[in-house]
Order: sequence, then structure tokens, then C-alpha cells
Amino acid sequence: MTPAIRTNSGEPLPLPEGIQGIVADWSSDQRAFKNVPWGKAMMWIFLLSDTFIFSSFLISYMTVRMSATEPWPNPSEVFALTLFGHKIPMILIAIMTFVLISSSGTMAMAVKFGYEKNRRMTFVLLLITAALGATFVGMQAFEWSKLILEEGVRPWGNPMGAAQFGSTFFMITGFHGTHVSIGVIFLIIVAVKVLRGDLDHERPGFLTGRRGNYEMVEIMGLYWHFVDLVWVFIFAVFYLW
Amino acid sequence: MAHAEGQQHASHGERHAHVEGQQHPIGIYLKIWLLLFILSALSYSVDYFHFQGYLRWFLIIVFMLLKAGLIVAVFMHMMWERLALMYAILVPTLLLMVLLGIGALEADYTFFTRGVFFVKGLL
Repeated sequence: MTPAIRTNSGEPLPLPEGIQGIVADWSSDQRAFKNVPWGKAMMWIFLLSDTFIFSSFLISYMTVRMSATEPWPNPSEVFALTLFGHKIPMILIAIMTFVLISSSGTMAMAVKFGYEKNRRMTFVLLLITAALGATFVGMQAFEWSKLILEEGVRPWGNPMGAAQFGSTFFMITGFHGTHVSIGVIFLIIVAVKVLRGDLDHERPGFLTGRRGNYEMVEIMGLYWHFVDLVWVFIFAVFYLW
Repeated sequence: MAHAEGQQHASHGERHAHVEGQQHPIGIYLKIWLLLFILSALSYSVDYFHFQGYLRWFLIIVFMLLKAGLIVAVFMHMMWERLALMYAILVPTLLLMVLLGIGALEADYTFFTRGVFFVKGLL
């Protein structure tokens, strides 16, 4: 028997770029998404499906608003708040927007420090992100109670005009608020994992038994940035229209 | 089988984490953060200064798309991913334009028929 000869194949060939890269990646008979952990690819696909859900809501809202024959309540006035004796239009929504964008910024930095294995900074930034998210939900609860108790907005009608205002408002912001709340819960879970060193020691999680690693922080980040992304669209088409 | 795969993954974990992690200088996140703040302030001022008509729509949509683009490209690291993932995620969202168009057509029709049958003096 001839002895096996060790061949040195050297470095793997560089992946082709551009359109050729797409064809090569998809036809490689391996995983299609190179350089991406499977968990991250799955999160992206989930986010794509979530995009379709939120888009369906926002497009139905557009359809319903365009076809309403009664005048639509003016969001600028409905969401105005009296601060220090001045009536400022939409100030609460503006603050909520800044809070959510700030939480996106801290999340992006948490991902960065996570890959650097800086446990303390990652934990602190994740906790700040969760706190900002909770602040956002709190402000939304305040906004809802003001709308329901003071302005008398209901899903089936309101004193200001078109009845569809209430139903679309509660549906869209409610669904978004639910996403934020779920995000806050998972942020706290990931923060605790980081603090305990579960990700450094690849300790299996209690629910799925997956080994911990810092990709989890990035995947969590994708979800959180998506929540911010949806708010950008809600802010533009619901509040500014 | 699953066990063997797991072991293999663990032994490769170190190398993979090195290759696959998205590591970028902190400055870019801070700059984008600042930019998002400015864009949000601008879109708020569209309402505050009572811009109306097509100008309002144009400004709202431009600021909205810029913010969305920055979040996806930088915060979600899409600009550093390979085209295969980029296209797989971003191209299907274009289908929503069809839904948007259908929604607008349907809304116009509904508004028209409501005007004809239910509201006196609307048309």
C-alpha cells in the first residue's frame, strides 16, 4: 500500500465578490450565508417575516386612513403635551424617539465590547439598553392612558374624528410596544449571561442547551435594532402624516 | 452524529468567533448615533414648523429612509455582510411596494364609493 502523501493546500481560496459571489454562495452545496453564524441568519429571516407583519399593519393603516370620509384627528394636536405652561406638539413622541435611538446606540456598543470579551462593559451597556427600553414602554403606557382617559380614544371611536384612528393606533403601537417589552426581557437575560461568564465558558443555556458565545449578543442586537427600525417608520407615517 | 458535530463546533469555536465576529471601531457607532439624533430632530422639526403638502411628504420620507438605512447598514452590520445575505433579506421587502400600490388603489376606490353612496355633498 502506498503511504498517503500529505499535501499542503494552503489557505482557502478567497470567496468571489459581487454577483458572482451570490451565485457561488448559493450554489456552493454548503451553507449559503458565509461568514454568518446560523443563529444570526435565522434571526435575519425572522426579522424579514416581522417586517412583513409590521408593513401589513402600516399599509392597512394607510388604506383605512385614505378611505376615511370623516376628518382624521391631527396627531400633532392629539399628542401635544403641556410642559411648563407651554403646549408643545408631539413632545412626548419626540422624547420616545430619542430614547429608543439612544438604546440602539448603547446596544451597538454592547455588541462591540462583547466581541472584545469585555464582560463588564458589555453587561453595563446591555443594562442601559434595557433601562432605556423600559423607559420607552413606560412613556408609551403614559401616552396610552392619557389618550384613553383624557381624550376618550377607543378602538371603535373617538371624539376628534375618524373612528379608524383609535383602532389603528392601538394595534400598531401596541404590537410595537409588545416587541419592545419582549426585547427588554431578553436583554436582561443576555446581560445576566454575560455577567455570569456563561458566554466565555460556553455554558449551555437552560432553555435550549445551546452553548453560550458572544454571537448571542449580536443576535440580540439585531432584534433590538429592528425594534428601533420599526419605530422610525411608525414615527414617520403615523405621527408625522 | 449531533454530538460529534457539537464537539467539532466547540473545537472550531475559537477560530470561527475570530473570523465571523463583526468588529469595528467604536467611533463609527458614535458618529451614526449622532447622525440619527440629528435626523430625528430634523423630522420632528418638519412637524414643529408646520411644513405642509408635498414638501412635508418629501422631507418625512427622506429622513425616514435615511434613518432606516443607517440603522440597517451600520448598527445591524449589513454593509459588512456578503451580498448573498444582503439580497436575501433586502430584495423581498421590495414586494411590499406592490402591497402599497394595491392598498392605495383600493383606498381611492373605497373613498370614491363612500362619497357616492354614503356622504351627501362630498363629491
